[in-house]
Amino acid sequence: MSRSQERSATKIAIAALFVLLTLMVTSQSARAGESSSITDRSVDWPTWEQWRRVLLVEDYNTRLVLAGTTLLGFAAGAVGSFTLLRKRSLMGDALSHATLPGIGLAFVLATLTGGDGKSLAVLLAGATLSALCGLAVILVIRNATRIKEDAALGIVLSVFFGAGVAVLGVAQQMRTGHAAGLEGFIYGKTASMVPLDAQLIGLAAAVVTIGCLLLFKEFKLLCFDESFAASRGYPVVALDVALMVLVVAVMIIGLQAVGLILMIALMVVPACAARFWTERMAVMTIAAAGIGAASCFAGAAMSALLPRLPSGAMIVVVATIVFVLSMLFAPARGLIARAVRRMRLESKVRRQHLLRAMYERLEARGTPPRPDQRDESLPVPFDELLPVRSWTAKELRSCIRRAERQELLRLASDDSVRLSPAGCREAIKDVHHHRLWELYLIKYADVAPSQVDRDADAIEHVLDAGMIAELESLVQEQVARRRIAPSPHDLADPEQSA
Amino acid sequence: MFDGWTWNLDGWIIVAGILCAVAASLLGNFLVLRRLSMLGDAISHAVLPGLAAAFLLTGTRDSIPMFLGAAAVGVLTALVSEWIRGYGKVDEGAAMGVVFTGLFALGLIVIVQAADRVDLDPGCVLYGAIELTPLDTVSVAGWQVPRVVAVLSVVLLVNLIVVVVFFKELKISSFDPALAMSLGINARAMHYLLMTLVAVTAVASFETVGSILVVAMFVVPAATAHLCTDRLGVMILISALVAATAAVFGHAGAVVIPQSVGYHSTTTAGMMAVAAGACFTVALLFAPRYGVIARWVRRRALSLSILAEDLLAVLFRAEERQTRDFPRDGAGLRDTLQTGATATRAALFWLRRRGDLQLGTAGYDLTDQGRQRARRLIRSHRLWERYLVEAGGVGGTHLHENAEQLEHFTDEALRRQLADETASPNVDPHGRPIPPE
Repeated sequence: MSRSQERSATKIAIAALFVLLTLMVTSQSARAGESSSITDRSVDWPTWEQWRRVLLVEDYNTRLVLAGTTLLGFAAGAVGSFTLLRKRSLMGDALSHATLPGIGLAFVLATLTGGDGKSLAVLLAGATLSALCGLAVILVIRNATRIKEDAALGIVLSVFFGAGVAVLGVAQQMRTGHAAGLEGFIYGKTASMVPLDAQLIGLAAAVVTIGCLLLFKEFKLLCFDESFAASRGYPVVALDVALMVLVVAVMIIGLQAVGLILMIALMVVPACAARFWTERMAVMTIAAAGIGAASCFAGAAMSALLPRLPSGAMIVVVATIVFVLSMLFAPARGLIARAVRRMRLESKVRRQHLLRAMYERLEARGTPPRPDQRDESLPVPFDELLPVRSWTAKELRSCIRRAERQELLRLASDDSVRLSPAGCREAIKDVHHHRLWELYLIKYADVAPSQVDRDADAIEHVLDAGMIAELESLVQEQVARRRIAPSPHDLADPEQSA
Repeated sequence: MFDGWTWNLDGWIIVAGILCAVAASLLGNFLVLRRLSMLGDAISHAVLPGLAAAFLLTGTRDSIPMFLGAAAVGVLTALVSEWIRGYGKVDEGAAMGVVFTGLFALGLIVIVQAADRVDLDPGCVLYGAIELTPLDTVSVAGWQVPRVVAVLSVVLLVNLIVVVVFFKELKISSFDPALAMSLGINARAMHYLLMTLVAVTAVASFETVGSILVVAMFVVPAATAHLCTDRLGVMILISALVAATAAVFGHAGAVVIPQSVGYHSTTTAGMMAVAAGACFTVALLFAPRYGVIARWVRRRALSLSILAEDLLAVLFRAEERQTRDFPRDGAGLRDTLQTGATATRAALFWLRRRGDLQLGTAGYDLTDQGRQRARRLIRSHRLWERYLVEAGGVGGTHLHENAEQLEHFTDEALRRQLADETASPNVDPHGRPIPPE
């Protein structure tokens, strides 16, 4: 293809793209007028200008929303990491529903006394008091009765919310005050965040961050070992209440700014996602706060860029995606990492079973491999190995192939297996571990010699060096070091036992 | 008082409320026992994408596709939460939290994306309209019955049949899934059956009590019943009773209470939840075994009887040592035992009424009956000390403290056994004589 041809092809492509774009835009504007089909959900992609405006936070309103939600995500993530470890993730759910009667009553009382029933201070005060009442009821039910925590949460959530709906039903009939939209207080409107909201969120986030920093050690202790904390003289109940008050603080502030579901999600999802990445509390708290902040920023930015994407829902979706990715791919506790580790262990167990079977067959013939062996061991026919364990021929063959690749043994052309020198040493080590554990079980755990084989089978693969040394010293009189004890039970000839 | 109360309207509302409440409470018992109380709440939020998807696919707000979509997503919520809990090793509540918030957000986005065409208000999903029950009727066997009542009757019937038929299986798999599996019961299948019923009941109930208030009927009656009994069958009956009561009084309260302060009736669904909460509060306070008051009374009675026994023992020891100036009046005894004035006075009063003590010149004296009682107590105490030294290897200051606690819970048979174990000694480790029985 010549250079000019190439250039004209590029031109045609650009022209086609342009035409396509024009068509799309015109069809969009044409459609706006008529009622088009419901399945049409084309997205108007933002222009570069819009991208720049959002990413460099040039718009005042965008800046406000982004800053506010990001701070909120940070604070909620940090607090959420503690509630997750206290197994109280849904506490935020229950308490956020429990704000409704407080909001209704605050409105009614303020209106009856001639005040402004919808002023933010009144509603926030009502919501806070109501949530604290709900918290107290949960703690009382949990501590004073046989009802478990989850039922206590469910009771407070549903009864308080029901009471709230009933109060609002009356409040809406009041002539003054216009109660309409009052329940919207807990559903929130992120996009219409006002400066006051952002300031409140900033304040709450600062309080929560400082609180978590100051009480980090205490909260950590509370999460992991409540009774130990109590025995060391920490005021456990006061700390518990302090943690829950932080939860309430974040939640109430966030509730009216971004809504109920988003608040619940921010308390739960980032902490859960962070849990997959680490086993360290401090790292987890920071990660949860970071994930919360990042998903809020990304979600709110996407909502500002793309039309008709509610920011609250977008934030939850982004956080959920982070959760799913963490659950799958996190190296510490992710599903894939755990599956790989399990598969490695299983393959190691199978390999050790094979090597031990080889050793025991050779030993039964009176020619056990020696540790200083320089050449291959004598052959063991495949058919003789097969009945040793409950493995199928296919499983055994794949196991042999894998061990062959590690140069531990070799499958000869006459279908018999020979251990390599390295394989001999490996097999001796495995048999050594197995018999050490058997002797230990017989001597110290009073397990019958006919039973020890199966018990030792389960544990021999996970013994570490320290454990082996200890076992060796424990059963020393029976085993000289570096030598293999005879098996404490009959190594039944598989042909006969089968 | 019941102005504007017409049986044709309010009667049907109450019937719908009772049907829904009982249907939910039947399943709620198993949810509470399995610590899945928040599942109702999770499902109620999570069904939004199901509703949206059903609407977008069919283009109608016909109730059957909507119902199917919502129920499918409800079952999915339970399954995915369980999956995340099991494979991801995430706490149960947190797993539910992740799933239902994620699904709700997804549903919201779909609805808003199609906002121009869709008349689907998330609010009307969350709030039931039980007041509108009588308006929408269908004809069943020649009767004009509200559609809601017909639907909920079917749901209640299905739940009832499943709970009765699979009672044993549900019971065993709720309390001990491992035992259930070893008995050949498929605990997993039971779990999924229960989850499916919960999802269907929740979705069917949205129309009556509103999704968030279904949670009330899933949790509160069952928790109330759990406070009242230890038997699952009785618990289910009580929970159904509580649910029905809450429905009746909830509607009455919704009509009557606002009228008493000069307003029209308020939301029935909300008041039903409140009435259920009131039932729970009553059970919390007054339940015979697990109620707060009953437990408080039992604790007080126990501590009073222990104090009374301690008083007898103190007087017995004083007699034994023949301490002449031992303070035997109320104040002196109180100082010796370091107890409160009211408790001591009550214990002394009770002992005198029982005839263990009599009021002498220098204070209280043991009667023969009281001396007999005290001797047994001291015998228990010293036998225990002996036993703890010989069999338990306990020594030093712990000896007396341990024996002091154990002596109050030792009867004659146990004393005999202790004496046998310690070869019927005559003296305790401190060298004091062990009195005969």
